[in-house]
Amino acid sequence: MGAVTPIIFRNVELRQAGQVVLRELSGILAPGSLTAVVGPNGAGKTTLLRAIAGLHPVSVGAIDRAGLRARDVALLAQGSHLDRSFPVTCLDVIALAVPRVGLLRTVGRDSLAAAREALARVGLPGFERRPIQALSAGQFQRVLFARTIVQDASLILLDEPFTNVDAETTDVLLSVLAQWHAQGRTVVAVLHDLQMARRHFRQILCLQDARARWITDPPDHLQAA
Amino acid sequence: MLEFLSEPFALGFMRRALAGCLALSVAAPPLGVFLVLRRMSLMSDVLQHGVLPGIAFGAIFAGLSIWAMGLGGIIAGLAVAIIAGWLARRTGGKEDSQLAGMYLIALASGVAMISMQHGIDLTHLLFGNVLAVDNAALFAMAAVTTITLPVLSLIWRPLVLESLDPGFMAATGGRGGLWHLVFLTLVVLCVVSGFVALGTLMAVGLMMLPAIAARHWSGALSGQVRGAVLIACLSSLGGLIVSYHLDIPAGPAIVLVAGGFWLLSLVFGPHAGLWRQAIPEA
Repeated sequence: MGAVTPIIFRNVELRQAGQVVLRELSGILAPGSLTAVVGPNGAGKTTLLRAIAGLHPVSVGAIDRAGLRARDVALLAQGSHLDRSFPVTCLDVIALAVPRVGLLRTVGRDSLAAAREALARVGLPGFERRPIQALSAGQFQRVLFARTIVQDASLILLDEPFTNVDAETTDVLLSVLAQWHAQGRTVVAVLHDLQMARRHFRQILCLQDARARWITDPPDHLQAA
Repeated sequence: MLEFLSEPFALGFMRRALAGCLALSVAAPPLGVFLVLRRMSLMSDVLQHGVLPGIAFGAIFAGLSIWAMGLGGIIAGLAVAIIAGWLARRTGGKEDSQLAGMYLIALASGVAMISMQHGIDLTHLLFGNVLAVDNAALFAMAAVTTITLPVLSLIWRPLVLESLDPGFMAATGGRGGLWHLVFLTLVVLCVVSGFVALGTLMAVGLMMLPAIAARHWSGALSGQVRGAVLIACLSSLGGLIVSYHLDIPAGPAIVLVAGGFWLLSLVFGPHAGLWRQAIPEA
């Protein structure tokens, strides 16, 4: 993992197809913080996540990402654009995300071991050779979490990671999230479930009508989470 | 029977054609598998027509030199690939009508240029002529295979990643466009190197049909690549034998045999084969 740096928003305005979706956002994502972004559809949640990752331009103001390299950021896009019909196995998908490869782009033994370990961590031990076509939505999301684990990023951005996922999978994925938090990584997750945000996140960023509001230490927050 | 199979290869030019086609059968089908998986089958059509004006241009200025025609074909093919990619980005992926427009223009202009020259047989250029496979043509096919295989193995990982999840590749700072261009260059090289024996219109057949057929035999990328190479080799062998005995050009003969393999695979293949679907699950 690279150095964990703060992300600072300075009067940020974001546009999507010419329309302002978010204005005057200021604040900080402290190193190792755990933040939920909530808001109605079209409030600019995904755009904000992509802007934090450096994949969407900031039209006014700036996002200070001090020394963060592309490989320090892991973005798990919603409903990922991943081609589910592509003939690869679960282990392939995870191994493709390993940040370090050999001289001839080979994946080392350590990295393969890390990929297997990540599969076991998300509750899919023995799924290494399973083709991704054969997975359920929940299993597939677990594989994407395993891929995010091996990216070993200091900043982890998750776009609606619990949508279309069963309760058991949600529990497993939440425990992975808590582990990332415990390891000192900065985690930002876009959620549509405010209850879940209040229960599991220390800091909430509410987006509505192009405005942002920060809530820190929400009252429902369970320390045990 | 054995004589029927071996008789064509008693002739030197048939042996040269076989060696060249087998070389191409190892290099082209893996590229075809990626084209199919990336839903870029139409791109192969565009490239096969796109190289023709370049080959014609080379022939007009340097006579029937394989190097001049080959170089012209490579330049024209790359130009078409780059323009098609640019159009695709500009029009948001709805590029198939533009691609159709491009290859029709390319084919028509290529045919027009060749028709103005009286020394060149258009049929040979479009459909191949095994008699024309001299040492230079054989060397070109072998050289392209020698280049394609190591380059493909080097770009394999980023190519798989870019095909599987382009958004992820972009987010992690990967240079998807670069790998895509290297890949298209390999495709152009294979199409151009095959034109002497197979013809510009048929060279792509050895790339695409085995790849499409192999999808019905394996659910794994490596399995599809191996299957496609095997089918291409058998098609080259079978096609040349058919070509000799029925006296038809090698290109269509090889493509027809490969097409036969595809139809068999479509019906009897274990993956999404029609036969399997017709039988209710026990």
